[in-house]
Amino acid sequence: MAGSKEIRTKIKSVENTRKITRAMEMVAAAKMRKAQERMRAARPYAERIRQVAAHLAHANPEYKHPFLVKRESVKNVGVILITSDKGLCGGLNTNVLRLVVNRMKEFEGSGAGIRVSPIGNKGFSFMTRVGARIQSHLTGLGDTPHIENLIGAVKVMLDAYVVGEVDAIYLSYNHFVNTMKQEPVFEQLLPLSGEAMAEKREASWDYIYEPDAKVVVDQLLMRYIESLVYSAVTENQASEQSSRMVAMKAASDNAKTVIGELKLVYNKARQAAITKEISEIVGGAAAVN
Amino acid sequence: MAMTVQVDVVSAEQSMFSGMAEVVVVPGEMGELGIYPRHAPLLTRIKPGSVRIKLPDQSEELIYVSGGMLEVQPHVVTILADTAIRGADLDEARAIEAKRAAEEAMKNRTADIDYAAAQAELAEAIAQLQAISKLRKSHPH
Repeated sequence: MAGSKEIRTKIKSVENTRKITRAMEMVAAAKMRKAQERMRAARPYAERIRQVAAHLAHANPEYKHPFLVKRESVKNVGVILITSDKGLCGGLNTNVLRLVVNRMKEFEGSGAGIRVSPIGNKGFSFMTRVGARIQSHLTGLGDTPHIENLIGAVKVMLDAYVVGEVDAIYLSYNHFVNTMKQEPVFEQLLPLSGEAMAEKREASWDYIYEPDAKVVVDQLLMRYIESLVYSAVTENQASEQSSRMVAMKAASDNAKTVIGELKLVYNKARQAAITKEISEIVGGAAAVN
Repeated sequence: MAMTVQVDVVSAEQSMFSGMAEVVVVPGEMGELGIYPRHAPLLTRIKPGSVRIKLPDQSEELIYVSGGMLEVQPHVVTILADTAIRGADLDEARAIEAKRAAEEAMKNRTADIDYAAAQAELAEAIAQLQAISKLRKSHPH
């Protein structure tokens, strides 16, 4: 029975692989639910703060925060790139990186310099390898991202914007459409677009500000940007887990197919060996007679 | 029944409270604020401290916030709470830390982006993914 032992070992090893991918699939499914909850939990804050910021932008036309002013020429562009820390999640990171590289090339073509702030290990190591100019970075966020960890990395970029080192900031991450579908997006973060700030004004009223409008507006806009980045991170994590779940399900299914095929080969070999043995016995008996 | 006002306490990570209240006491930047229904529109920063919400059933809800913003409209009070202790110095320290880490990573580096390498790497990854999906299609089970 030549080769049957090898096939048996091979089946065993594929079975072990399948056990691992199955476990990873289930872990990803559980984490995905939590990540989706976090994604939803971040929405009321972001929506509320957007409304207030929009109201302020209209109520205080005399005070123009730098975040709201569109600059004439864009010499340098900042990109906040959100990727996952770990791999084994299908084409998720590749898709977003491809989009970012294409857009970066366009900016470079129009003569703009590029600074990158990668959040997540995959984007960071990719940007390091290709030699992009990294402004700040953040890795090892874990399964529960906290806004306090993001503050530093984001602030570096915002400071660069305020002092004029960069003239526009873009945010790139995977938008979570549903479990099966995630879309890479590349959207402008700063200057804040008029669209996000547009709001119907029913009546012309204004807040009482304490201590004064400027301080309050500054803090509010800062929080707004942070909440946008935080939402993007949570959305990317939900995308990561669902993408991983799908990838691991595919891997488990593949393993199942491979096991089926190997079993077939194994049984054929076993049958051939038995047939051979019988024919040898029959042949031997015939010779004796 | 006493007048009530809708109160929402939200942080970036979660919604902490949502419901009707008779009074909300908030540690404002300029001092403690007691907000009753139909308060004039107000926007202020709040200090770290506890927010006291008096519910219509006379019980009290205490929520600790580490700073944030308070937005008041006549029938809605929103507290946009920070999840961490914030301050200009603290934020600055975080930024410096992030910058330092980036500079460390930037050492011994060429200035230009190697687009060829980037695209080669991506093309390879995409080819792998396509191969996998093709393999899956040709192996229906």
